[in-house]
This record gives sequence, structure tokens and C-alpha cells, in this order.
Amino acid sequence: MTARSITELLTRVGSGDRHQLPPTIPDGAVALTATDLGLQIEGRWLLREVSLELRAGTVLAVIGPNGAGKSTLLSLLAGDLPPSAGAVHVGELPVRQAHPLHLARRRAVLPQQPRLSFPFTVSEVVEMGRAPWVGTDAEDEDDWLIARSLTATDMRAFEQRRYPTLSGGEQARASFARVLAQDTGVLLLDEPTAALDLRHQEQIMTTARGCAAAGAAVLAVLHDVPLAAAYADEIAVLSEGRLVALGPPLQVLTEDLLERVYGLPIDVFTHPAHGGLMIAPRRAPRGENI
Amino acid sequence: MTTTTGPGPQRPAGGQPSDPGTVEFDRSRPKRPGGSEATPPARAPQPAPAGTPTDPPGQSHRPRARPVRVTALFAVLVIVLVVVSLASAALGQYGMSFGEVVSSVLHKFSGPLDWGHPIGDHFAEQTLWQVRMPRVVMSLMVGAALACAGALMQGVFGNPLADPGVVGVSSGAALGAAFAIMEGYTFLGEYTVAGAAFLTGLAATLLVYFLSRSGGRTEVVTLVLTGIAVNAVAGAGLAFCMYFSDQAALDQIVFWQLGSLNGSRWPYVTTVGPFLAVGVVGALLLARQLDLLSLGDRAARHVGVNVERLRLIAIVLVAIMVAAAVAFSGIIAFVGLVVPHLIRMITGPGHRVLVPASVLGGAVLLASADLVARTAVAYADLPIGMLTAVVGGPFFFWMLRRTRTRAGGWA
Repeated sequence: MTARSITELLTRVGSGDRHQLPPTIPDGAVALTATDLGLQIEGRWLLREVSLELRAGTVLAVIGPNGAGKSTLLSLLAGDLPPSAGAVHVGELPVRQAHPLHLARRRAVLPQQPRLSFPFTVSEVVEMGRAPWVGTDAEDEDDWLIARSLTATDMRAFEQRRYPTLSGGEQARASFARVLAQDTGVLLLDEPTAALDLRHQEQIMTTARGCAAAGAAVLAVLHDVPLAAAYADEIAVLSEGRLVALGPPLQVLTEDLLERVYGLPIDVFTHPAHGGLMIAPRRAPRGENI
Repeated sequence: MTTTTGPGPQRPAGGQPSDPGTVEFDRSRPKRPGGSEATPPARAPQPAPAGTPTDPPGQSHRPRARPVRVTALFAVLVIVLVVVSLASAALGQYGMSFGEVVSSVLHKFSGPLDWGHPIGDHFAEQTLWQVRMPRVVMSLMVGAALACAGALMQGVFGNPLADPGVVGVSSGAALGAAFAIMEGYTFLGEYTVAGAAFLTGLAATLLVYFLSRSGGRTEVVTLVLTGIAVNAVAGAGLAFCMYFSDQAALDQIVFWQLGSLNGSRWPYVTTVGPFLAVGVVGALLLARQLDLLSLGDRAARHVGVNVERLRLIAIVLVAIMVAAAVAFSGIIAFVGLVVPHLIRMITGPGHRVLVPASVLGGAVLLASADLVARTAVAYADLPIGMLTAVVGGPFFFWMLRRTRTRAGGWA
């Protein structure tokens, strides 16, 4: 008997519910609910009266200008901060009261600035995503899921590299691979594409869509409005801590709303070839005096 | 703003076949049947995801933490441990040969096999088992406890520079011991000083921990700064004790502050043993969670770690090990800092290797240091704390610079 199996035996004995797997959420069912969510700090509401439902099989993008409360919303949804008002539930679990382990088997979170205190290798970092499943039957899938996550994020070649030696974008992809390996029904992604080049932006968002197609509920905070328009089923627009619009991209992303929220003239038009939404600031023609 | 294009949500999940670099994350494996009673079906090897013909996941090669290196490290540590212990037992003012020591040890432990024989010289046999052996075993245990506590501490703080001394165990323990010496307390008989050191060391650590908690969380910076404050207060208390002590007590306090294994006896060993065992077993059980903690508090919680509970258990374990070690040997610095660093350089930061390797490495280091302390200067027993600081300080500084350039800073 190896030291590892003894340790695992002891942890299993320690908590009887370790081999319970969370129920699968059927497509279209609500996987995460936020009701009247609010956060007040020093008398100021950073976020107020936000209610939303995240459904299995869909991608919800949260957009908004700097300081609109996007990351605050994600922290509240992830259970990092205690809300001043309202509550968040993942399935039937209240995120502030549930055991971290039970939550970890239902939802994974990609932090905005992934950090690591010690120089683990990329494959060790990705393996950490499998930690909630130690001692369960799902553990048998570890190798397969880790390999698949590395492939999906294009990190196969970096497997043995030490995390601190990677570039910012590579670190972000390694962290995304860890989140994928966790293999949960709910994914909360805080600006997954912020540090990435164009190709990997597209790849990560395609991967997120792939997760949704396979039944996951995906919420991504995005800075890039065109990217959100291209990949999200629904878009939530935050402005000054309030949810000002929530719905399908074609319905939400109007010139009127975007100009009001972002405070500059914006063109919204459809691509002549594929009919997707194109969004760009209305700029003065190059070479002319302004 | 770039005008990234896309066909919108109606995009098929199949990706763009025209782009060979784009890899589809295909969750196409059979879904788990609903309900928690179900086990995932056994899976046949999956076909390679589209676009990665070179990478069949069937031959998944999740790398283990450099198994050859790890095995070699443990083998070397165990061999060095045995050799240093025997050498330390053999060398000293009362000379006995290495062979005599080995023979006597075999005689003691082989039981019915009846190997070896006691040393012919009765006085040598007495010296070996009544004076040298308890001291050797004590050095092994104190070194193991300090190094293990160091590894645990660094894991909890997510900072390779964290040290048991930082959170106030050492200075807290020193204050208790000094106070007991000054007042001449004897309520625990000959264990009084050690007992007082243990109690105040544990109290200091818990005090730091609870002072630095706010809103059910512990921010690392707050904890470290609180530790500094407690260290300062304990230092002042120590100075107070020394100022008001008579000459005999002052000598004793200074001696204790320097750190020494002189005067170790079997009862000390049996007192420290259980504490060390609890600490090491506990640290091994926490190892996997400590790995996850390096993702940061939030991310660790997201992968299922009960961060607050983990921290509290780890801090109590550290307090137990350090206070128990310090209680009998005084303040021995740098073992908890240097040993885990060295191990990390050899095998990487994974705690499932780091913790047991640090236990062995700390034992080897302190046994070697004590051997030097006893034999470097004839008829003098150098304070081992001074020795570890003299060697450990510059070494640590060198390591700091080297690691900072190679591993990308301390974060």
C-alpha cells in the first residue's frame, strides 16, 4: 500500500460523502441563480439588485465599462465575497453556506489574475483541477481529462514547463486548462481572453462554447464586446453596478444602449458575409484633422 | 476595438476545420447518468480530438514528480542519516571506533538474531547509550521537527520565505523559558523550563493567528505583520527577564537562547517523540491540500479546500512541532528555512514529496551540525544555534539571489 493510497483512505473515512457525485443538470435547466444580489462597501453600492439565471447548455457573457461591477459580480457568484443583499445558488446549494468541496464539484472558477506561490509544472497545475474528485469514482477519468484540457488550450507542448517561466498568456491558458479539468457543470470565467492573442482568444471561446454544447452552463466576464457578440447566447450588460440589459446579443447590443453605457459613439452592423454582429467605435476617418 | 467576427450563437460547435490550430474542446464523452448513485461508465480510449493527430490521448502520460530523482533523494537521505548518526555516536572526547558503535547498535536492536556485541570497555558502552545516543536521536528529532514545520509554514503562507520564527513560536517559547528561569519555577520539576517554553510558544502562535483574523479570513500580510509585532513584544520581555535575572539565571538564559543539544537525555527524547509524530503525520495528511493552497486562497477554495480550517490545523501542527523542539534545545535558526528550500530545488514544490523529504533532510542537517558543534573545537561544545546561523545565513542569502533569478521572483 503506497503512502498516497493510505492518505486517500484516511480522507475518505474522514468525510463520508466523498464518493457522492453531483447530479447532472439537464440542458436548459437553471444551473446557477443570483437573486437581488448587492454588495455595499463603505456606504457605496458596488453592485445592486442584480438577478440572473444561468442555464445549462448556454454561454452568458457579462460586459460593461471599467468599474461597472463585472468582477465584483463574478466574485459574488463564486462565493468569494459575502453579498450585502441577495443570495447565489449553484443548483440547490447556497454558495456562502455550502461546503467548498461540494461546490467545487459543481462549478469551476477562472480567476482574472491566476497566481501560483510555488513553481509547479503546467501539468501539476492542471492536475490540481482534479482535486475535488479525489476518492470518487470520477477519479478514473483524471488522466484523460487532464490530457484533453491541455490539448484544448494548446498547452500540450508546455506540460513540463514550470508555471512561473510562462508568459502571461500561457499562464492564463494553463489556468483555463485547470478549470476545464475540474469538469464541472458550471464555469465562471473572469476575463478568460484578456491576456491572449487573437488565435487563442478564438480558441478559448470556441472551447467555452464546446463546453456549453456538452451541457455546461458558462458565464464569462468579457471586455471585448465583439467577442461576446460572437460567442454568447445571452449578454448581460452592467453599468454603474446595475444590470441594465439581459438578453440575446441581437436584442441587447443596440447602438443606443452601447453608446449610453460606454459613453462614446458606437456603430453596430451585421457582417456582409456571415451576418454576425460587428461592433466598433465610430472613429473619425484617418488622416483628417479632428 | 477590433471587429472580431463570428456567426453568433448559431455557430455550430464543430469549430473551424480550416484552422488546424484551433482545437475543439469536445465534451463528447458519455454523460454521467442523472442522479448521484450512478458511476461514470468505464470509457474506452477516446479518439483524438480533431486537429491533434500527433497527440493520441490514449497514451496519456501524466508525469509523476520525477520518480527517479525522488527515489534517489530519499535513498541518499536515508544513507546519509544512518552514517552521520553512527559517526556522531562514535566521535567525541571518549574515543570509540565506528565498528564498535555499529556492533553495539546491532546488539541492542537485533533481538533474537543476536548480532554484534556490546563494546568491551564498559565505560564506553555506558557513554554511548547514556550520553551520545540520546543526543544523536534528539538532534535527529529536533531537526526533523524544525524542517517539517518550516515546510508546513511556507505552504500555508504561500511564501517560501515564511518561517516558524515569523509567526512568533520561537520568541514566544523563548520568553516562557526565560521567565521560568528568572523566577526559578519548579512546578514541573526538571521539565519546568521546557514546559513553560512549550506553553508560551503555542499561546503566541494562536494569539498571532486570532489577532490576524478578520471576517473569518486571514490575510497573509496581516498575519506576518502581526507576527512581527508579537516577536518585538516577546523580544522586549526577553530583555526584561535578562536584565532582572541574577548571574546564574542569566547564564542559563543566554545558553538557552544560543541553542544547544548538550544534556539531552532519554526522557527528553520520549517527550518530544509523540509531538514530532503527530506533527509529521498531520503534515503528510495536509500535503495535497497545501499544493492547492499555492493557487491562492480563493482559487484553493474553488477547488474544494476549506482554507480556514486548513490554515488553523497547519498552524497548530507547526506550534506543536517547533515548541516541542525548541523547548529542549533552545532557539536553532534556519533549519526550517534552508531545508525545504534545498528539497524544492531538487524535486520541485509538491508537498507530498517535500514534507517527508524535509523531515529526513532536517534530521540529517541537524545531526551533522551537532557533530561539528561537539568536535570542531577540542573540549568545547559550541552552541549549535550559532553554528546553524553562521552557515545558514549566508547560504540562505546566496540561495535567495539564485532562486530569484531562476524561478522568477517570490510573487
